[in-house]
Formats: sequence, C-alpha cells, structure tokens
Amino acid sequence: MRQVIQVKSNNRLFGILVPIISVLLGLIVGAIIMLISGHNPIEGYIALWNGAFYDEFTIGETIRRITPLILTGLAIAFAFRSGLFNIGAEGQVIIGWLAAVWVGLIVDAPMIIHLPLAVLAGALAGGLWGFVPGLLKAKLGVHEVIVTIMMNYIALYVSNEIVRSVLTDHDTSTEKIAATASLGSEWLQALTFYSRMHYGILIALFAALIMWFIIDRTTIGYELKAVGFNRHASKYAGMNVSKNIILSMVISGAFAGLAGVMEGLGTYGNVSVISGFTNLGFDGIAVALLGANNPLGVVLAAILFGVLKEGAGEMPSAGVPTELVDIIIAIIIFFVASSYIIRWALTRFKKEGK
Amino acid sequence: MLDILASIVPTVLFFSAPLIFTALGGVFSERSGVINIGLEGLMVMGAFVGIVFNLAFADVFGGLTPWISIIVAMVAGALFSVIHAVASVSFRADQTVSGVAINMLALGVGVYLTKVWYGKGQTDMVAEPFNSQTIPVLSKIPIIGPIFFEGVYVTSYVAIIVAFIAWFVLYKTAFGLRLRAVGEHPMAADTNGINVSKMRYIAVILSGALGGLGGSVFALTIVSNFSHATIVGQGFMSLAAVIFGKWHPLGAMGAALFFGFAQSLSIVSSGIPVLENIPQIFLLIAPYVLTILALAGFIGRADAPRANGIPYIKGNR
Repeated sequence: MRQVIQVKSNNRLFGILVPIISVLLGLIVGAIIMLISGHNPIEGYIALWNGAFYDEFTIGETIRRITPLILTGLAIAFAFRSGLFNIGAEGQVIIGWLAAVWVGLIVDAPMIIHLPLAVLAGALAGGLWGFVPGLLKAKLGVHEVIVTIMMNYIALYVSNEIVRSVLTDHDTSTEKIAATASLGSEWLQALTFYSRMHYGILIALFAALIMWFIIDRTTIGYELKAVGFNRHASKYAGMNVSKNIILSMVISGAFAGLAGVMEGLGTYGNVSVISGFTNLGFDGIAVALLGANNPLGVVLAAILFGVLKEGAGEMPSAGVPTELVDIIIAIIIFFVASSYIIRWALTRFKKEGK
Repeated sequence: MLDILASIVPTVLFFSAPLIFTALGGVFSERSGVINIGLEGLMVMGAFVGIVFNLAFADVFGGLTPWISIIVAMVAGALFSVIHAVASVSFRADQTVSGVAINMLALGVGVYLTKVWYGKGQTDMVAEPFNSQTIPVLSKIPIIGPIFFEGVYVTSYVAIIVAFIAWFVLYKTAFGLRLRAVGEHPMAADTNGINVSKMRYIAVILSGALGGLGGSVFALTIVSNFSHATIVGQGFMSLAAVIFGKWHPLGAMGAALFFGFAQSLSIVSSGIPVLENIPQIFLLIAPYVLTILALAGFIGRADAPRANGIPYIKGNR
C-alpha cells in the first residue's frame, strides 16, 4: 500500500516536472540557436519579454493573443480526454469565425440578443465541423485524425469562397460587424492604451470552468473519460460509446468554434480571405499537451504560449527572426510528447542520488 | 479532344510528381507502423534545402544544379526525419504529436534560416529550376507522343519509376516483407528475429528522404523560391494519397495522380466545355472530400496497417 501511495505521489511530481523541464529545455535550445546564428540570447529574451509585458498596451495585446489559445487548447484537451485526437480545431476555428461574423453582419437586433446569437452561431458551426469526424469515427470506425485534417482544408476553401462570393462581391474581406455583435470593450481598450483586448477572455476562462465541470462533476464527463480509457469496457458497462464519441467531438468542435468567435467578434471584427491556416488549432495541440489536458493546465499553457507568440513580435529588434518562437514551441512539444525519456532520466537520476 | 488531353496530361504529371514522391515516403513509414503526419514538414525541409543549395551552387554545377539540389534535399530530409524516428520509435512519443511538432519545427527552422541568411522572409528565385522539355524520340510517336512527351518535366517520370521501385521493394524483397511484418504484428516479427526498431528507423528515414525529394521537386518545378507559403498542404495531401491509395505504393501513386488531376482541373478547366461551368470551389475541395468518402468506405474499405501508431515495447503483450 505504501508503495502504491509513493508511486502516486511520484506520478504527480512527474506530472508537474515534465512540462517545466520541457519548457526549460525549449528555452535553452532557443538560446543555443540564437548563439549559433550570431545573436545575443539575453538580448533576444529581453526583447521577447518586452514584446509581451512592456506596457499596458502590450499586456492587453498579450491577453488578446492568449484568449483563443485557451479555447483551442480546451478543444483539443477535451477530445483527448475521451481518447480522440482533434487535429481539426484549425478548421473548426475558421468555420466558427465565419459563422459568427456572418450572424454579426446580417442580423439586426439589440445587443442582448445579437451578441449571444453570434457567439452561439460560431460555437454551433464549430460543433458541426466536429460532428462529421465524430459521426464517421463512431459509426464507421474511420480514424478522426485524417478526417479532421481533410475537414481543415474544406473549411479553409469554403470559408474563402463564401467571403468572396456570398458575403462580398469578390472582395478579400467583409465589412465590420454591427456594434451590437461586437465583443470589443471601450473600457478594456481605454485601460490598455487602445489595444485590441476584448471581453472574450472572460468567455475563454468561463469555458475552462465549464470543461472542468463537465469532465469532473457530471455523468457525461465520467462516461467520456471512461470511453477514453477503455472503449470496450465502457460498452460492456452499458454506456453508449458511439454517442459519447460524437458528443466529445461536437463539444470539442464548439470550443474551437468559440476560438474563431474571439477572432471574428473580438479582435478583427470581420472575416477575410486567408491564404493559409490561422495556426490557432495547431498551437492548441501544443497548449493541450503542455497543459496535460487539464483545464487549469490548459489556461496556464495558453498563457505561456500566448506570451511567447506575442513577445516574438518584438524579437526582430534584437535581430532575431520571430520564427525562433515556433522552433521553441516545437521543441517543447517534442519533449512533452517524449515524456517517457524525461521520466526515465529523472528516475535514473534519483536512483543514482540515493 | 487530343488538344485537351495534350494540355491536361502534362499539367497532371507536373502537379502529381511531388505528391507521388512524398506519398511513397508515407507508405514506407506507415507500413512499418509509424504514423507520419510530419510529411508536410519533411516537404518544407526538402523545399528549403533544395532552393538554398540551388541558389548557392548554381554557378558551380550549371545545368546539373537542380538534380544535385534534389539529392541534397533528399539527404537533408532523411536526416531531419531522424528526429521523428527517435521520438516515435525510441522515446515512444505519440506519433501524431511528434509529426505535428515536425511540421512546426521544419517551418520554423526554414523561415528562421531564410531570414538569417537572406535578410528577408523569402529567398530569391533560383537560377536553375527544372524546365519542361520535349523528350526527343518518344515525342515523335503519333497520338501518344504529343500527349505524354511534349512539354513535360523529367521529374514526373522519375516519380512514376520510383513508385514501381517502391512496389518492388515492398512486395518482392525480403526487406519489404520484414518492413510490412513490423507494421502488422511487431511482436511476431520480433519473435522471428527481425529488429523492429531498426526496421522502423529505416522506414521513417526513407520517408524523410522521399518527403525531402518531393518538397524539393515541388519547389524547383512549381514555385522556384522558398518562403513560409511554399509548402501549404501538399504534405497533407500526400498523406491523403497514402490512405486513398490504401497504403499501397501504386495505389498511392494513382491517388497522387488523381489529386494532381483535380488540382490541374481548377487551372485548365476554363478550356474544357464540361468543366467550365463547375465553380472552382468544388474542384478545390474535391481531393479532400473524396478522401473522406474513401475512408468512409464508399470507395472500398481502406484499412491501416494494424500496428500503425503503436510504439513497440519489447516484452509487452
């Protein structure tokens, strides 16, 4: 029994140590790359810090950057919890963005109806984009990774086409949404020297709370986790596995759709033709992974990656290309994903210490 | 009719070649049981190295430069894929996650170095890209000649030949049998004395080489420079070709040709009576929709190698 307890506390310790070590390794590798390419890593990291925290404006922009990352992180973490890998967050973001702005443009209603309606439209569109791979997985056993990748491209091209031919007359971006559908807040903007920070951060934090509640406090969440642990055992226990798979993908898609809403109704206020992905969905994978698929972890990881990404904008002032941050994030993912080797090294280290 | 074919076929071959190379890489990797979402990143690496080498050594090698560039890109892709191999075979990382990281890393490294070396986000245009050519004797064959051998890229034919070589290697050699065995039932393979880790390393490195080749061929035939927007989705499309082709080298080649066809349609459709009325959007999303339909079993079932994505841990049941 004592051994069991010890193993448990060890696991918890590793659970916290692995992400921290991964982040440190990522930053060290980043410093080495800066050194090799002839830049001063200390100057580089100071520039990164300033890019994220220099004054109220940059802090506001950093929070704006963190907002959708929390939501895509939650989306991927939620699907992970039931054993599904939603690479399609990217497409769900795009579709959610489009749907929210669409409602923001064409509906004419007071704010109390218009704003919730537009937010809901984005979440529903994202949920729909998650429903298709969920259905195919549940009913036909098709691997969700490939379907969601394909759905990403369909979302990208369809959204571009709708912007070009339906919402505008062959233009590259739509008009701004009605003020009644905007998440923008004069109060927050004034507080942060007119950054693009908006109320969305409250929605994102609330979504994290919702995920915690669903996963840890409801029967649905219990079933979703059970399906993730062992599909066959859950089925034997009388759970409807198909329903749970679909539900998980829909909720995951809705979270990602909300991330699109943040961009559509908050940051930009319109939707444009895009030549490539927003990368919010792919960064969400990193966020979920580093946050150990736990709502609080996701929020913390989103803060870290949001700070890195926003701070990167200032790195060219130290001569360092912004892409360094992408490299650092990729390396962090490698180390977290390869946590087996970090655990192995840690136990090895401990044994030798004794 | 003949005119239409003569305009479509070279375009199809032109767009398909990079996809064929990369998809073959995907076949090797996945047949050994390692999922490779990182094909996109391997192509990015190949495109980057191919372009940079071409820019740097065009004076030295002259007309041979593109050929040497793609070989160098192959080596670079192979080396780069070792990261994926180490993570997913030795470190037992989640292979999909490792693949996603490969994609981010390749693009990050490529654009970072481009900015450090060239001081801007994209390289110059290369002086020595591949050029289309008319193949001497073969183009004189009536009917077939003008369709298949006028204004084509030699790399397209190399891709098709490599597909047949890949098929031979996978299905007619002991090496291929072992590679497939490792992907279907690693424990049984291990019991028979096959080194599972070694086979998977080889397969992933082969996929890196072919992905690098695909990326560099794409860069040197279609775009002629490198930036963050050079490879946008071709790797994922190759992955789709792997699945659409049911993890078979020739199937993957067929799928890649079909996707090349779909892509070229959105370009040459204005010249074809039946197609000019179809909105471009349908042709653009066709490859992706078809892949989903194929997976859903409407175009015959596509079953992955059984041990695909599962790290092999010796001694576990």
